[in-house]
Amino acid sequence: MQRKMKMVRIYIMGKEYRVPEGLTIMKAMEYAGYRYIRGAGCRAGFCGACATVYRKEGDYKLYADLACQTTVEDGMYLVQLPFTPANKAIYDLEKIKADDKTLVNFYPEIARCVSCNTCTKACPQELDVMDYIQASLRGDIAKAAELSFDCIQCGLCALRCPAEIVHYHVAQLARRLYGKYLAPKAKHLEKRVKEIEEGKFDAELKKMMKKSIEELRKMYNARDIEPEEEMPTESD
Amino acid sequence: MDLLAKVEELSGENLYACYQCGKCSAGCPMVDQMDLLPNQVILYVIRNDESVVEAKTPWICAQCYQCGTRCPRNVDITKIMEALRLIKLRKNIDYLKIGKVKKNLPQIAVVSATRKYTG
Amino acid sequence: MQLANIQGEKMEIAYYPGCTLKTNAKEFEESTIEAFKKLGIELKELNKWYCCGTVYSLATDNLMYRLAAIRNLIKVKEEGYDKVVTLCSICYNTLKQANLMAQQDEEAMYKINSFMDEEPDYHGEVEVLHPLEILKGMEEKIKENVVKPLNKKYAVYYGCLLLRPKEVAIDEYENPSVMEKLVEMLGGSVVNFPFKNECCGAYNVVSDREAVVERCYRIVGNARKNGADAIVTSCPLCHFNLSEMQKEIKKTDFVGLPIYYFSQLMVEAFGGRKCKEK
Ligand code: SF4
Ligand code: SF4
Ligand code: SF4
Ligand code: SF4
Ligand code: FES
Repeated sequence: MQRKMKMVRIYIMGKEYRVPEGLTIMKAMEYAGYRYIRGAGCRAGFCGACATVYRKEGDYKLYADLACQTTVEDGMYLVQLPFTPANKAIYDLEKIKADDKTLVNFYPEIARCVSCNTCTKACPQELDVMDYIQASLRGDIAKAAELSFDCIQCGLCALRCPAEIVHYHVAQLARRLYGKYLAPKAKHLEKRVKEIEEGKFDAELKKMMKKSIEELRKMYNARDIEPEEEMPTESD
Repeated sequence: MDLLAKVEELSGENLYACYQCGKCSAGCPMVDQMDLLPNQVILYVIRNDESVVEAKTPWICAQCYQCGTRCPRNVDITKIMEALRLIKLRKNIDYLKIGKVKKNLPQIAVVSATRKYTG
Repeated sequence: MQLANIQGEKMEIAYYPGCTLKTNAKEFEESTIEAFKKLGIELKELNKWYCCGTVYSLATDNLMYRLAAIRNLIKVKEEGYDKVVTLCSICYNTLKQANLMAQQDEEAMYKINSFMDEEPDYHGEVEVLHPLEILKGMEEKIKENVVKPLNKKYAVYYGCLLLRPKEVAIDEYENPSVMEKLVEMLGGSVVNFPFKNECCGAYNVVSDREAVVERCYRIVGNARKNGADAIVTSCPLCHFNLSEMQKEIKKTDFVGLPIYYFSQLMVEAFGGRKCKEK
């Protein structure tokens, strides 16, 4: 039995289209005949390529979201933002220090933050963006790294910020500094890298290289599997 | 809108109240670095002399509130200096490239500078 | 001030640090917390706080630059306090002026409250205090705690923002005496210092460093001429300008002075860590 699809009205760059209810913005635009050359990647909410802004009929708010994750609603005004122009500071991680001035030295514009919270409201990952910028300003690298951990660099915060800050680059520097200089070192990783460098696994690898695809497949299927940890999902 | 009206609107001050006693300039800690004295700034604005917008004085003013606190006519010159800065900053003309400032200054200095020298 | 009646009892008060207290002025934060603890007052850092924006915006229509200060005051209220203390003179000035606006300017607050629609409304319910105001009412308690009286001569430096505009002054704005009294209670003596409420040049250090070096030469030079062994202040920017710029003074007749926060003197007199000479 074929049920009649319920259609909704959307406006893409000002032109009206009717598209089936329940589609994501990305699919709805494709349904309407647009083709993504830039501005789409994983289609699963991880890559940050599909930044989009929209308004709804009768609502003053400007919403910011990921096109691949947001379902269309009747009366949406849409446009895609395939790219955010942003300057990234140039640094050599090996040579810089992680102190309370590093972030503000490389990105002095973070001092312009007026705490308007627009970035936080814009973030599709629901991060405390304002808080990580503020942590960066006061030199709290660890906190900035922690708060920005799930950033997918979609650029929406930077497009909305009245202080013209490029949040995700600041955050990336914070995480790099944290990883290199501040986070406690993982001992088992160091040990394993050393073992690899010393050739502990060379013989075993060589042996495997000689095996046929069939044998490898069998080995793969019979491998030890670590118990799967519960992963947070998009809907959390 | 002419300069005087703009400054009045931004500062909320009545510049005609000034009787040019010069107390403001006498107390100003930055006065030896200024090209116009604070009381002269008031005269320039009243005369709608736009060159005051290009003067160094509003940018060297440290917002210390000494002038306004001492003025016998209750003119808050500190606010007039801010109005003159904003006339430029609001046209997107920054006084300072914030990316070019010296590194490792205390946060308090950098934040102040962004507020006073960038729009 | 109603805090005078807290003598003897233990009390908690919200503490707003500000960015520089976490960086250049860490010793100011540490010493104030330590000194206040001795006096029975626990400074509790807010869980969430934001850069106050430093210098208060003065244009009649510039509400954007006041958001940060108001947001902080909302946090104070939300975290269940009715008073907040802030050490940095500039933060104090900004929060205090913003709070006055919140109490007096209904139209401005309507705009700010509706812009910050994610936060509860604010109308100036919180009281903004500087530690020196609190200390005013605690003479007995302070004297009780002095175990190693200071024995030096100090030039007390207020700078501008604890005293002006006069609506936010923590004391008599042309001739304050609260810090002098404190230093004397701690056993120190105070020299005459005509520069005590003159600006150090503030943020000009970013754009016109030479101008601030010149201010530093005059201010520190005058303190020295008046016989001071050190200068006492309450502002991280004054502290930076007066201590760091000394290194850039080229005049040969200049001899520098150490710069301390008033709280460091308290800790020293209370028997804790001594202030570094120089
Ligand atoms: S912090 Fe900014 S760039 Fe990162 S996910 Fe959120 S909005 Fe996107
Ligand atoms: S949008 Fe920009 S100015 Fe506003 S809170 Fe975020 S970083 Fe600060
Ligand atoms: S102190 Fe007041 S009245 Fe006197 S010159 Fe200055 S602004 Fe005018
Ligand atoms: S506020 Fe500006 S103009 Fe007025 S006394 Fe201070 S530095 Fe001078
Ligand atoms: S396409 Fe990757 S997040 Fe949407």
